[in-house]
Amino acid sequence: MTLLDVRNLTVTYPGGAAAVRGVDLRLDAGQKLGIAGESGCGKSTLALALLRLLPAGTKVTGEILLDGEDVLTMRWGRVRAVRWAGASIVFQGAMHSLNPVHRVGDQIAEPILLHRKETPAGARRRTGELLEHVGLPAARVSAYPHELSGGQRQRVMIAMALACDPALIIADEPTTALDVMIQAQILRLIEQLVDEQDVGLMMISHDLSVLADLCDRLAVMYAGRVVEEGPARAVHEDARHPYAAALSAAFPRIGDPASRFAPRGLAGDPPDPAAVPSGCAFHPRCPVAVEGCDTVDIGLREAAPGRLAACVHVPAGNSADARSTP
Amino acid sequence: MTADAVSAPAGQADGPAPAAAPPVRGPRARTWAGYLRYGAGKVGGAAVSLFAVLVTSFFLFRLIPGDPVKTMTGGRPVSAEQLAALRREFGLDLPLWQQFTDYCGKALTGDLGTSYQFRAPVTEKIADALPNTLLLTGTAFVLYTALGIVIGTRSAWRQGRLGDRLNTGLALTLYSLPSFWLGLLLIIVFSVGMGPVPGLFPTGGMESGGEQGFAHVLDVAHHLVLPVLTLVAVEYGQTLLVTRSALLDETGSDYLTTARAKGLRDDAVRRRHAVPNALLPTVTLIFVNLGRTVAGVILVETVFSWPGLGGLFYQALSVPDLPLVQGLFLFFASAVIVMNTVADLVYPLLDPRVGR
Repeated sequence: MTLLDVRNLTVTYPGGAAAVRGVDLRLDAGQKLGIAGESGCGKSTLALALLRLLPAGTKVTGEILLDGEDVLTMRWGRVRAVRWAGASIVFQGAMHSLNPVHRVGDQIAEPILLHRKETPAGARRRTGELLEHVGLPAARVSAYPHELSGGQRQRVMIAMALACDPALIIADEPTTALDVMIQAQILRLIEQLVDEQDVGLMMISHDLSVLADLCDRLAVMYAGRVVEEGPARAVHEDARHPYAAALSAAFPRIGDPASRFAPRGLAGDPPDPAAVPSGCAFHPRCPVAVEGCDTVDIGLREAAPGRLAACVHVPAGNSADARSTP
Repeated sequence: MTADAVSAPAGQADGPAPAAAPPVRGPRARTWAGYLRYGAGKVGGAAVSLFAVLVTSFFLFRLIPGDPVKTMTGGRPVSAEQLAALRREFGLDLPLWQQFTDYCGKALTGDLGTSYQFRAPVTEKIADALPNTLLLTGTAFVLYTALGIVIGTRSAWRQGRLGDRLNTGLALTLYSLPSFWLGLLLIIVFSVGMGPVPGLFPTGGMESGGEQGFAHVLDVAHHLVLPVLTLVAVEYGQTLLVTRSALLDETGSDYLTTARAKGLRDDAVRRRHAVPNALLPTVTLIFVNLGRTVAGVILVETVFSWPGLGGLFYQALSVPDLPLVQGLFLFFASAVIVMNTVADLVYPLLDPRVGR
């Protein structure tokens, strides 16, 4: 069953920056979808757009079907009801995403009281259970965020995301601010919780290897577009789009001596969303760009069964659509 | 600071901690110890400030030109012996350092000396005028604080909209007016009457005299309107601007996005999440203003002939009535220092990040 179906989503900030430019994504219930890309590629904007959390004045078009219902055309009362109860977000950097002057227990209980019409005693009980579920002692409900370590705060954030049993959890770089050991713990925790509760997970990260390890499918974003999409492992190990390949090579593969000496990394900066290059947005940084890449905007093509990539080097046999810039 | 003490057990508890992890009592107890240490530091600092005020109040007013003994005799012909006798009576013939130690010793026992012009204990004069001042400034304080916070939070939440621009502009304009000028203007328009506006309010004083019971209360309230209006108009802008800018600093915060993502209504996000975080600067200002309420408002009390501390200070300065001036100065400054200290002690209760 399709849980989330994003169709041709575009997001333009006031001032003209096109952060998301026509993204299609699908996520089935209980599935794990990874979104990868550099800072500024539009992946966090995408996460906020799903629950209409972008600042007023931002232009959002397309469709976001959550359980078949379009979030973008909902009335505000319905949007508020869907927020957290239908889909919740694990934000990056839980230090700033938790309110510093409220006890963590109250912050976890807040959506329970709001959406579930629980009694305060019931909400308190559930909050304690949630904390123990994410590996924290229930007594920690009375702690303030600054009294917790980074890993503990992220656990609180995860407990909070689970509070109303949402069908979809969006995790926006949940481990970015953590050290490697804690990062691994948190990833295992997310994986375990998602598997046992059968929720859909949309995991956003710049770390392709983490996503390949955790997710079923993987979408790589560049300059507000999905440039490659397919089964997570396949995309990581055998990327068809040169950008996805560069991103994949940026993280050394353990146990593969060849990758340690292979040239990796990518020169240049991601494009300014206010001035996206013409044609294929990646062509100024692309090592295999050919004539025409700067004018023709290649759409996603079928690169292999179940795999899509938006590159001229992918044989155009079963091309989905090839759009050219006017 | 017990920050490390608090986070140390927290760090250990990371990972799938055993459910029996006992760090709960530890940090809590240490937190209270931390609060006491923090409080003792603040109170100690206040004591140092108070002593500095004591010293300043003694020497500062001795720099005022004029001979109190000559003013007291009112220019009547007096012999040198009589002047010397007066000096002796008030201890003005002693060396300065001895006057100072006498003054400090007495001040510590609550004796602020005897007023030259009223021939009455300074503490008694202050106690007589204090209720009148508190009635005026207290009423104004409650009104301008409430007005400033309410309009300030709404302005910040709708930053840049017409309402915000009008409110901020009006508050700034009123804030920059001299209070005595505004007071005089109000007297001319609403007391004396101007054009179609009849003289609605008394020009000054606190009561007409003669009324009893409820009529007396109404009469005082009637006298209170214009001076309170003056004070509120001049003062609410400061609270508004401080509240507004503090809240603006919070509006981009990530935890507000979290609160919205949870499905809270916009006003709940503001009241429950943004305002409590933005309140600290406003609380500081509230307590400073609370300290200033006892200091009275010299200009407004003088313009409206209000029988309070401000008017008393004005009278004392013109003599100069040194014990009264010193006493009032010490009293005003102490009130501000004490209220600041109270604010410092209240912070940790409002914001758990402070002082631990």
